[in-house]
Amino acid sequence: MADYEIPDELLYSREDEWVRVESDNRLTVGVTDYAQQQLGDIVFVELPEIGLELHPGDSFGVIESVKAVSDLYAPVAGTVVEVNPLLEERPEAVNEDCYGDGWMVVLEGADAEPELLSAQEYREHVEERGD
Amino acid sequence: MSESRRTPLYDTHLHLGARMVPFAGFEMPLQYTSILAEHMAVRERVGVFDVSHMGQIHLRGPAAIDSAESLLSRPVASLRAGRVRYGLLCNERGGIVDDVTFYRTADDALFLCVNAANIGKDVRWICSHAAPDAGVRDRSDETGLLAVQGPASAALLSRIGDASIAELGRYRFAETQLAGRSALVSRTGYTGSDGFELYLAAGDAPHVFETLLSEGEPLGVAPVGLGARDTLRLEAGMPLYGHELDDDTSPLEAGLGRFVKLDRGGFIGAEAIARRRDAGATRTLVGFAVDGRGIARAGYEIASGGSIIGIVTSGAPSPTLGKPIGLGYVPPDHSAPGTTLDVMVRGRAVPAHVVEIPFVAASRPGS
Repeated sequence: MADYEIPDELLYSREDEWVRVESDNRLTVGVTDYAQQQLGDIVFVELPEIGLELHPGDSFGVIESVKAVSDLYAPVAGTVVEVNPLLEERPEAVNEDCYGDGWMVVLEGADAEPELLSAQEYREHVEERGD
Repeated sequence: MSESRRTPLYDTHLHLGARMVPFAGFEMPLQYTSILAEHMAVRERVGVFDVSHMGQIHLRGPAAIDSAESLLSRPVASLRAGRVRYGLLCNERGGIVDDVTFYRTADDALFLCVNAANIGKDVRWICSHAAPDAGVRDRSDETGLLAVQGPASAALLSRIGDASIAELGRYRFAETQLAGRSALVSRTGYTGSDGFELYLAAGDAPHVFETLLSEGEPLGVAPVGLGARDTLRLEAGMPLYGHELDDDTSPLEAGLGRFVKLDRGGFIGAEAIARRRDAGATRTLVGFAVDGRGIARAGYEIASGGSIIGIVTSGAPSPTLGKPIGLGYVPPDHSAPGTTLDVMVRGRAVPAHVVEIPFVAASRPGS
């Protein structure tokens, strides 16, 4: 299996998003190294308006590679309080630094739901799906 | 569902780490590293493609040339040996069966290089319309086809064969040796950059491909997949069957009038094309560049003044131009360069404007 970076301190969704708990009430969300490798060159990211209320599984935006358009799914419930302005100018930041500069949104009023996966559980989820 | 077929280079692609995808019934490499990097490798240096999935249909015999003349939209009899032309197979309705290149190999022989998705359809079409002694033969499975494209392509071929290959003129071909194997080499391609297509015995294709990659290292060669093949041909304004062209589309709608010998007629579809021309075009193919925030993709609607007026047939980010581009059909009165249009991207009108094709000027000797 190819080498995918899966930081231990993050939580993950089955839709290949990562979640970082910033405080009790705020979470940062992005897509994982596995996701950005599967997608290839990212050329466009569409992020939501500040204030959008999300339920788990709601689409909160779109990520486009050269060939394909994919939805981004809210891993938890919450309200969008920040979106990453860098991604409008440099969508490739998702490829280059998906856990850092490539962050996508900050959600508030969110719980890290029990449905989120640990790093180990996410690694197993990636391995199940093969390369 | 039948199993996907493989070209002779399947194992080579896996060995190179390619992401394989199904295309026209074949498992083909979408990309090896990055579509954008592979695209720029062709524009800046040289790239090598496996296009062995495409078909080769040969005609040889007393009626070969006359049969081809009656099937192809370009003159055949007057095409001299050693020359290749781009043309269309058309149906009786004036639609396009396939777009092909055809090579005059002898007084009584030629072959067509056809789209992979249309091999069966084209063989049946040609066989049902050609004379019995046209000697039609489908040699797709025994033929490997590679493309070498980019400004350093002649330099690369000179390293694995006779240096005189660099002198080969555009739309000419020659039989020669490459990496010690027999090859028919034409100065043709589907990228808009200078380049060559190499017709090989299927069994020789892996060796020649691997030799091109190793000998091409000092030139910065890269293997290039179908993802970049599509972005390159789009920048060059070249149509793709199934997107810009299909059984219902007239060549004139698709901007291919210069590839149709309408004044001479004598081929299937000539009368219908002329009738449709005389009735007046209802739509025409244009190129466009996207000015707003969004990427146009095949199937997205085109709007103007709040009404839907057309459709995108191909669209992608252009690595060379740094903006999204596309091809699509609009009414003729919206086709002048500079005309503003909207591309509907997920319900949002994204501004665009009509531009001349090709989007990226051909960079080839003699062009």
